[in-house]
Amino acid sequence: MVEVEELRPHADHMSTIEDSDSVASIVARITLFNAGFEEHKQHFHHTQLHGTVGRDFDCIENTLDELKHKFTQLKTQLKALGSESRNGTLDVAKYRAKDDLASTRYHDPWALKLEEYKRYGRQLIMPEVGMPGQLRLKASSVLIVGAGGLGCPAAAYLAGAGVGKIGIMDGDIVEVSNLHRQVMHNSAWVGKSKAVSLGNALRLINPLPRYEIHPYHLVPENSAIAAGYSMILDCTDRPSSRYLISDMAVVHGIPLVSASALRTEGQIMVLNDPPVSSDSEKAGPCYRCIFPRPPPPESVQSCGEGGILGPVVGVMGVLQALEAVKVIMRPPDRPANPPSLIMFSAYGSQMFRTMRIRGKNPTCSACSSDTTITRQSLESGSQDYMAFCGALEASDVLAAKDRVSVMDFASMINRSGTPVNHTLVDVREKPQFELCNMLGSVHVPFSLLRRWKNAEEATTALSIDIESHEPIYVVCRLGNDSQATVNKLRELGIDRNGARKIMDIKGGWEAWRKDIDQSWPEY
Amino acid sequence: MQLTLEFGGGLELLCDSVKVHNVNVDLQNRAEKLTMKDLLCWVRTNVIKERPEMFMKGDSVRPGVLVLVNDCDWELSGQLDTTLEEKDVVVFISTLHGG
Ligand SMILES: [Zn+2]
Repeated sequence: MVEVEELRPHADHMSTIEDSDSVASIVARITLFNAGFEEHKQHFHHTQLHGTVGRDFDCIENTLDELKHKFTQLKTQLKALGSESRNGTLDVAKYRAKDDLASTRYHDPWALKLEEYKRYGRQLIMPEVGMPGQLRLKASSVLIVGAGGLGCPAAAYLAGAGVGKIGIMDGDIVEVSNLHRQVMHNSAWVGKSKAVSLGNALRLINPLPRYEIHPYHLVPENSAIAAGYSMILDCTDRPSSRYLISDMAVVHGIPLVSASALRTEGQIMVLNDPPVSSDSEKAGPCYRCIFPRPPPPESVQSCGEGGILGPVVGVMGVLQALEAVKVIMRPPDRPANPPSLIMFSAYGSQMFRTMRIRGKNPTCSACSSDTTITRQSLESGSQDYMAFCGALEASDVLAAKDRVSVMDFASMINRSGTPVNHTLVDVREKPQFELCNMLGSVHVPFSLLRRWKNAEEATTALSIDIESHEPIYVVCRLGNDSQATVNKLRELGIDRNGARKIMDIKGGWEAWRKDIDQSWPEY
Repeated sequence: MQLTLEFGGGLELLCDSVKVHNVNVDLQNRAEKLTMKDLLCWVRTNVIKERPEMFMKGDSVRPGVLVLVNDCDWELSGQLDTTLEEKDVVVFISTLHGG
């Protein structure tokens, strides 16, 4: 539901424009206001679409109309300010007039606005940047797909450096568990669009670039968006989007900076640099040249499963911005760097390593001359990236009779009079077990028990009697590893062909937290 | 033959979470050279402790694993036919996908 009250501060903020305010600051505030307005409008349409608009409908509509009106007024006001300056009635206008006078007398018009000289001064005086580099940055446009742990720092540095146009694409909303690493979002934005949140933060850093906010997920059907950009940053978190973004970069002929991070490690590559569309002899490899086939889905871990250290993904996002500005500022006669993979390992003996990787694959399915992937085939949706990368099998590997709901488990352990003797085996990894666990549970991490070779290893670790009839309940975080454990214990013969019950607790501790004990931590 | 093997990107979890292995690989049957193909076999038997399918597919590494011999993609040195020499450093790295 749209929070009507949230719109008010935007409006109040805009009503305090003074004559002494600089035109740039007014423009910045209008841009900010406009972004807030657009976000609420999208939110509003979304709510409308999903039919959850209630009694606040009229109220919201009125507020939006009010704000639209206010915005038009402010635009007119700004226009007037501009014309007044020409008449020399405002202070800003005086300075403007002085600039004009000077330029006609002593020099040609400056290539950058005075504000830009000042803002970018610390990088402008470097030989790597200079005026040519800054003008290349200003002429460039970068699409950042993913406004998360990589996208946040990458976007912040690109905005600060003065990239002319920055697109932010992300369909997710800000969650509180994102904030330890997704440093441009803040607690007040939890529950709202990541793309809009990041866009707003970037406007505060630098109001000068053009920002295009795409608050939805990338799919092949909307990949035409890349046509408006001269570079893409892959800041996403799964193989299917990595292949899609690489194909987009290839069909649109633009370089791609692809990075990823998990736990304490990160990887980054500059791809399609220079793009195939230029001199194909010199063209750099695409993601498919390096990884023609996707990894098996069971080998792919997300940050939610494997964990991620905030500064690790931050380092990778910053490196993405660095590689992007290096490519953007490179003079046309300077060759691209040979294809390489930079690996970062926070706890490695060497934190950074650069590895030479293969170049363009002459038979690549995406970037070679006999490719079947074209802009048209991409946008028609005929490439199925999900199917290409595969998905894990459904998580219900056990029959219903081998599983118990958290409700039934709770009533079993709470049964008055005749408590049921049982063994509760928690198979989460050690750090998770130490976060929260149930009194009396036996801890054996899944990574360890997966390697058990005989029943004795199991009975020793679980301290159970192989002859006992006491049931064994297995629990994990979400209910997948626990099912695999039940199967493993059976393979080892712990169930004595069904004489002993071994059950999985359906949905794991997450289900327990939701349905039984709200004081159990969510992590 | 003395070699340094390094596992990264999560592959170390298949070998007791040890990232760097200094190993001594014996040449088989008076063979004169050790190729990457031989080394993969050796690694599978002697270093990988669990789920070998997460490391290999057929007689090569599984998709999504990069192999680097002395900091260079093995694609550039002949993949399975790459000949190894004393003190070489071989890195096996799984691609990461998080962000
Ligand atoms: Zn390619």
